Amino acid sequence: MPKMNLSHFEASFLFAVFSSVVLGVVSKRTDKERLHYGLYVFGCFVAALFGIGWLMYFGHG
Amino acid sequence: MAAKEKPPKEPMPPINVWLAPVALGWLVPGGGHFLLKRTGRAALLCASVTCMFVLGLLMRGAMFKPQSGDILTVLINWGGFVGDIASGLLYLLTTWLGYSQPDMPGAVHDYGSKFLVTAGLLNILVMVDAYEIAGGRKS
Repeated sequence: MPKMNLSHFEASFLFAVFSSVVLGVVSKRTDKERLHYGLYVFGCFVAALFGIGWLMYFGHG
Repeated sequence: MAAKEKPPKEPMPPINVWLAPVALGWLVPGGGHFLLKRTGRAALLCASVTCMFVLGLLMRGAMFKPQSGDILTVLINWGGFVGDIASGLLYLLTTWLGYSQPDMPGAVHDYGSKFLVTAGLLNILVMVDAYEIAGGRKS
C-alpha cells in the first residue's frame, strides 16, 4: 500500500471537509439548515486553520 | 421568582425500533440511514466517514490498543481504541487483513492516527442520528 504524504494544510483541509459534511448532515432538521451549518462549520475550521497557523508563525518569531 | 420548569424527559423509544439501524450504522457508516430510507444523507455520511478512514490508512496512521499504566496512558489508549473500533467493519476488516502500523514519529503518521480515530468518532454521531430518526425525534 503506498504511503500518502500530505502537507499540514492538505491534511487539515481534508479533515475539515469530511468533518463538516458529517456535522452538517447530523445536526439540523432541514436540508437548507444542514447546508448552512455544514458551510458554517467548514468556514470555522478554515478560519481556525489560518488563525492558528499565523499564531504559530508569529509565536516562533 | 418561580423556578424554571424542566421540560419533561422524552421516553426512550423501544429497543426493537432503533437497534437494527444503530447496529447497522456501526457496522457500515451510514447503513442505519440507508435502512431508514434516508439514502441521500446515508451516501454523504458513508462517503465522508469512509474517505476519512481510508486517508488515515494511506497516511499509515497507527491504531490504538488498550494499555494499562498511568491515567493519561489509559485514557489516551482506551479512548483511541474506542474511536478506532467505532468505525465498525472498516476497522474489523483492516485489522483482520493484518494492518498493524507501529506508532512512528512524523506529522503524516500522526495525522493518519487522528483521521482513523475521528472517522470512528464521526460514526458515533451518525449512529446517534440514526437512533433519533428511528425513535421519531428527527425526520
